Parts: sequence; C-alpha cells; structure tokens
Amino acid sequence: MAVSRLRYGQLRVVSAVAVIGFLLASCGGSSDASDEIRISAASSLSHAFAALESAFEALNPGVDVVLNLGASSLLREQILEGAPVDVYASASADTMAPIIDGGFSDGSPIMFAHGSLAIAVPAGNPARVAGLDDFGNEELLIGLCDVVVPCGAYAHQVMSRAGVEPAIDTNEPNVRSLLTKIEAGELDAGIVYMTDVRSASGGVEGIEIPDAVNVAADYPIAVIVEGPNTVGGRAFVDFVMSGVGQEILAGFGFVTP
Amino acid sequence: MSREKARHGQSRPPIAFVVLAAIAVVFFLLPLIGLLARTPWSDLVSLLASEVVADALVLSAIASFAAVTISTVVGVPLAWVLARVDFRGRALVRGLVLFPLVLPPVVGGAALLFALGRRGVVGEPLYEATGLVLPFSIWGVVIAVTFVSMPFLILTVEGALRNVDVRFEGAAASLGAGGWTVFRRVTLPMIGPSLAAGMVLTWARAIGEFGATVTFAGNLAGETQTLPLAVFVALETNRDTATALSLLMVAISLAVLVLLRDRWLRPR
Repeated sequence: MAVSRLRYGQLRVVSAVAVIGFLLASCGGSSDASDEIRISAASSLSHAFAALESAFEALNPGVDVVLNLGASSLLREQILEGAPVDVYASASADTMAPIIDGGFSDGSPIMFAHGSLAIAVPAGNPARVAGLDDFGNEELLIGLCDVVVPCGAYAHQVMSRAGVEPAIDTNEPNVRSLLTKIEAGELDAGIVYMTDVRSASGGVEGIEIPDAVNVAADYPIAVIVEGPNTVGGRAFVDFVMSGVGQEILAGFGFVTP
Repeated sequence: MSREKARHGQSRPPIAFVVLAAIAVVFFLLPLIGLLARTPWSDLVSLLASEVVADALVLSAIASFAAVTISTVVGVPLAWVLARVDFRGRALVRGLVLFPLVLPPVVGGAALLFALGRRGVVGEPLYEATGLVLPFSIWGVVIAVTFVSMPFLILTVEGALRNVDVRFEGAAASLGAGGWTVFRRVTLPMIGPSLAAGMVLTWARAIGEFGATVTFAGNLAGETQTLPLAVFVALETNRDTATALSLLMVAISLAVLVLLRDRWLRPR
C-alpha cells in the first residue's frame, strides 16, 4: 500500500513535469527565429543547394539555412497545407503554378536554372543500353520517376518525342530513389537529370539524350509570403540569382539563365 | 476477494491517469478527424471505382495475408526457441529480431535490395542460378512487408510463452506426450489469444507498409503498387483520391480489427 501511494505521488510529479514541458515546447515553437531560413527544394537540387547553403551561411554569420529536400510535388503539398517554409525551389513550372495561383507567393517565380535529362545506367553499363530505343525492351529492367513528379513528367515527354513506349518496371517516388536503384545495379536504365549523373559518385554512367528529343527542365524559385522569415527568404533568393550563386549552380551542371 | 475486486475494479482512477489517457485518445482521434473533414463524401464511390485502386487492394490483401502466414510458420518456432532454449547468442538473435523495428523502413528496403537484389549478396547467385529477380515483383512486395511486420508476431508470442507455466508442459511430457503433442495440445491453447493478437498486429503493420516496399519492390500499378503506395502517388496529384484511399484503408483496418477483437481477442 505504502509502495503504491509513493508511486502515485511520483506519477503526479511526472505528469506535472510533462505538462509543463509540453507547454514550454509549444511556446518555443511559435517564436519567430529571424536567424533561420527554411528552404524547400526539389530532390534534384540536393547537392547544389547544400553548396548554396554553406556559401550563404559563410557570408551571413548567425544565419541558419534549413533545407527540406523532396519531390517538388510533395514539397508543394506541404506548403499548400501551411508548412512554415520561406523559399520554394521546384523542378518545374507546373509544380510551381499552384503556389502562384493560390497566392502563396508575391509576384512571379524567378527561373534560376535550367537542366536537361540524361539516360543513367549502372557503372559499366552491364545491359549495354545504347539509347532511348532500349527503353522499350521488355527484357531490361527500366525505371522512371513517377509521372506525378517533375523528373517523371519530363521523362515521359522525352519518351513520346522519341516515339518509344517504355516497358517500365517501377515508377519511383523521386529521382534520388531512382538513382539508388540504378547505382545498385538493380535497374538497367532510367532517365534522370544530367546534373544527377554528374554528381553521382561513380556508381552511374550517363548517356546523352539527343537535343531534338530532350526537354529543358526549368527550375523556378519563389519566396513564400506566409513563411516565418520572408526577409531572410528574399535574401537567399537574391543570393541564388547573384553571380556567386549562379556560379555554384553552374558547377553542378545546371545551365544558368 | 471482494476487497480485491473493489480495489482493482471500482476505485476511482487517479485524475492524472484520466488526463493523460484523454491526451492519448485525442492524439489518435485528431488525425482521423482531419481525414474525415477532408473526405470528398459525394465523390467517394467514383474516386475509388478504378482499376488502379482495385489492383492495389488485391495486392495489399495478398501481401498482408502472405506476411501473416510466413510470419506464423517461421516466427512461432523462433519465438519458442527464444523463450525455451538457453543458448549462446540468444540475446544477439533477439536483437536481430528487433532490427526491422528500429531501422527506418526505407533503410530496411535498401538493405533488402543489397542482400536479395539482382546484384545482392544472396540475390546475385540466385539470379545466376535461376534467373529469378525478386525486386519489382510481387515476391519483392511479400518479402519487404514480411521483413517489417514479422517482429510483431515473434515479440508477442515470445512474451506469451514466457508467461506460460512450464509445469503444465512438464506434466504432459511426464504422461508420455511427445514434444510436438505437448506444443499442440498444451502450449498452443494457452498462448492462443496472444498468438491471435500477434497475427493481428503483424497484419496491421503489413497492410500499412510503405517505405521498405517502395525501396525494395518499386512502384508499378498492377504489379507492385500496394494501397499505401497508391495513396502516396495520389497525394501528389489528386488529394481527393488520396483521402478516399486513406479512408478505405482506415475502414478495412477498423473492420478487421473490430471483427477479430470480438471473435478471438475478447479478454477472458
């Protein structure tokens, strides 16, 4: 009996501490951190934006750039649902459109980079893929991004321009997961961004897609007006458009405007 | 006896307990309310009446029941060994069983790919000998889903076996029953409710599996796209379809869990 009474007392203390902690945490969450800039960027921008982040932070001591990387469409849904985001950098004008139409950003988005697509095959090209025609081969394991994400939409455009009906074995949720499967040699070929082929560390080889059927992927960037730090967001976008920012992007294989 | 009952059954629960329990209920209720509030009720039927949804439903049903079957066939013996046999490395094996629970499912899926994929440690010799490719097929889905869900069965059954009074088994054995007969006629009836609970947990985890499936088996409608994968793809294009699909999953899960609870999991 004495034991259970003691436990009950302890429980009350524990629950009181838990409630106070909960209240403190919820207060802390709403304070505006002007030194933090939250960037939602497309998966295909991962490496380039990591470099932009460190360069921007080096120029602006005390500022913390937080990157949220994922499929453009998923990031857009997060913003439309009210996620606290200051800047949205997407891999296509189509995914950006609902942000502009919905009034989540002021003015028009800025095209900050362009990219083209390439065929990616595992190192050594074990299936001897030569070009887009091989994507119709049922014998090969072919992966594309799902048509709902930009890299998939572009890939399907390329396929229809080339007049090839792809024998797809998997529609990957984003370009990173597609690259993982190609790098592991589990897929014989896929279509990714040229920049992905360049930044991949030896596990993948690229095969160029002829200009006549290739598409130019536009990368728009916009400041989200409902974000907690629009001033910081604007500063980051200005940096991306500056000479230094554009040079960094070019270094990762992007074509800059 | 009556004092005991009064103390356990009818005394007022501590206020702190009620408050914390209420927080827990709200925590589970809120997402459900969010889902119901967004559900496009008038278009529900037309949103769900598509070939893609039907394919995903069938695949999810097959994969989740296959996971429960495989988990039971190999998981119950493993739980028995862990509970009854004292051997070196038992702690290690038990840790291994926890592995899929701790690992983020996407990492688990990648690990499966590196082990069982066409270029994997085990997958490559398998492919060269038989031409069988496990990823991007229904086999891949079953493997991924089973990997993630089987620990629930093993942990539940092992816990139950530890609570069984081994003297009953000893008595049966002393009367001449063989090891298998003892297990079937004495042990199994005693752990029955826990086994059923473990199977339900395993099924529930399997039906909702996303990360390991998409990483190991890929995503192709009609081939490897389970309901959670269909929800994920729909979420990026048509939120109404995604909500309708999510509601369908909630409805199926609730129906199965309530049905099973009344049938087999009724507290004794």
